[in-house]
Amino acid sequence: MASVILPATPSESRPGRFGVYGGRYVPETLVAALVELEHEYEVAKADAAFQAELAALLHDYAGRPTPLYFAKRLTEALGGAKIYLKREDLLHTGAHKINNALGQGLLAKRMGKKRIIAETGAGQHGVATATVCALLGLECVVYMGDVDMARQELNVLRMRLLGAEVRGVSSGSKTLKDAISEAMRDWVTNVRTTYYLLGSALGAHPYPTMVRDFQRVISKEMKEQLQEKEGRLPTAVVACVGGGSNAIGAFYEFIPDRQVRLIGVEAGGRGTALGEHAARFRSGVPGVLQGTYSYVLQDEDGQIALTHSVSAGLDYASIGPEHAALHDSGRAEYVAQDDAAALEAVVKLARTEGILPALESAHAVAEALRIATTYSPRDILVVNLSGRGDKDMGILAQELKL
Amino acid sequence: MALRFDHKPDLVIYLTAGDPSLDATRAIALAAIDAGAAVIELGVPFSDPLADGPVIQRASERALAHGTRLKDVLALAKEIRAARPAAGLIIFSYLNPILRHGLTRFADDAAAAGVDGVLATDLIVEEAGEYLAELARVGLAPIFLAAPTSPDDRLEAIASHSKGFVYAISRVGITGKQQSLTTDAAALVARIRRWTQLPVAVGFGISNANHVAQVAEFADAAVVGSAIVELIERSTPEEAPGAVARFIKGLRLPEAALAR
Repeated sequence: MASVILPATPSESRPGRFGVYGGRYVPETLVAALVELEHEYEVAKADAAFQAELAALLHDYAGRPTPLYFAKRLTEALGGAKIYLKREDLLHTGAHKINNALGQGLLAKRMGKKRIIAETGAGQHGVATATVCALLGLECVVYMGDVDMARQELNVLRMRLLGAEVRGVSSGSKTLKDAISEAMRDWVTNVRTTYYLLGSALGAHPYPTMVRDFQRVISKEMKEQLQEKEGRLPTAVVACVGGGSNAIGAFYEFIPDRQVRLIGVEAGGRGTALGEHAARFRSGVPGVLQGTYSYVLQDEDGQIALTHSVSAGLDYASIGPEHAALHDSGRAEYVAQDDAAALEAVVKLARTEGILPALESAHAVAEALRIATTYSPRDILVVNLSGRGDKDMGILAQELKL
Repeated sequence: MALRFDHKPDLVIYLTAGDPSLDATRAIALAAIDAGAAVIELGVPFSDPLADGPVIQRASERALAHGTRLKDVLALAKEIRAARPAAGLIIFSYLNPILRHGLTRFADDAAAAGVDGVLATDLIVEEAGEYLAELARVGLAPIFLAAPTSPDDRLEAIASHSKGFVYAISRVGITGKQQSLTTDAAALVARIRRWTQLPVAVGFGISNANHVAQVAEFADAAVVGSAIVELIERSTPEEAPGAVARFIKGLRLPEAALAR
């Protein structure tokens, strides 16, 4: 019998690739589980009953569709493009993360897995996963870096209240990257019984594709809602990018509409030196981290760099592989906004619109504030407000001296 | 200079290069070879070792803290090769440091250092096309991991693309010591042998003479990693070569096998 696996195939033609990016770079122990997941997901995706159950939960439980809100006072204050906010912050649990957690939670249940593990940075994915596990009656363990547990304590408490076990991670930078490594160690050990509910469009195939599919509802609704309100496409869509799930969800349906600018906003942190930011497209180099080939902040010896951002959810050394491909093709643009700009954007949006964005989402707001005046009132910017800022009150109190 | 297993059970010894220092790793490697190790796996420390348990994580952190780099590990390999021409020597690394070094340059440098083979922890056969071509160009053996969870079609591909030996993971999980070997290991080795005549080494969790004796019943070699790295952690740099040599000799004591 001839070998069915042909490693000489050019990597670009393999499934799970976005241009040269993506792929499946994991220890051998996990491969069978990833292949099974890929297959089960494809079957579920094509199953009308699965899609109907997910749609019903998204509607009745999570609160979809989310409003597309015209930010009139902010628009008037800036005097440029019309600014719309896609209100993912109004979803149950407070961020877009619930879209993916519900989808994968239903998939895990369908696959007969009773134990769910997840990583979390800002805690929004952890809370969404803990919520879905409570809803579906599944055991839940969430890995979170010690630094993030301290700065997003409210979310830690919410996860515990929901019945999840939160395991602190004290290795490396004690942030999202280390939480993912620890979750992968758990998965390698318990792969036969455990479902890894990855929260961003990251990791080994099929995760980047599957998470994007569960998040593309954002751009689908944006497009329909703007058509209804304005009868046209937006000039630009702006979203923050950590791993990149809210951004790929906000961009995806607009990719074929080449006149729509797609702008991803990375964390500029507190400086431009390696270690002071999480702007992968500023100084990252393609490499492999945690299962996927993408841009990675790293030193000259291939060791992964430390990162910094005021927002835990953007504080990550790599970026989803589909963003790497969109970057290289020029279809999407990526910029960085720093900690100070994000904090200013929180205040600005809170005081003009009465909306408190998550620090992550505030990076996208900051970019919208910057570019709005370069446009005329005939132009439309849609900002994906991926999450709400209640979780950040501790940091905001400290940083803004409230 | 070959990956040969002549004395069942032969031993493959993993060392995190640069822990506690490159000089110490060289002395420990030479002592391990002299004590009977057939193959030395020189581990390249990595910032995010997601397949490793706490012992090797800590060793990697220590090695990186004093600046151990891939090029230093290759230079160390060259010294070990010069001192012990007959020993088996492989580089064990996560993929990213190799990619950053450059696949072509890495293959050239590793071959020039006199290394026999390379094992990249997070590189599976489907993704290994260019890597296999580069290693083949310079005559280095690609060694792939086979897991208890690998179905037969994957084992066939792993076996057909490996050279030197196949590394069978004794159990699902990360690196680290364990009390007893699971039945996974013997079943996996039997399945691998359906696809290849290559020797099979069994690793992950092997930490005493009993484990080694058990492995000898169904495999060609036992890989010992965390137990050695932990011993080095507990020893001073001066004591470590002697301690490792005694430990290795103890792993192959026939009494241990008989007493079992």
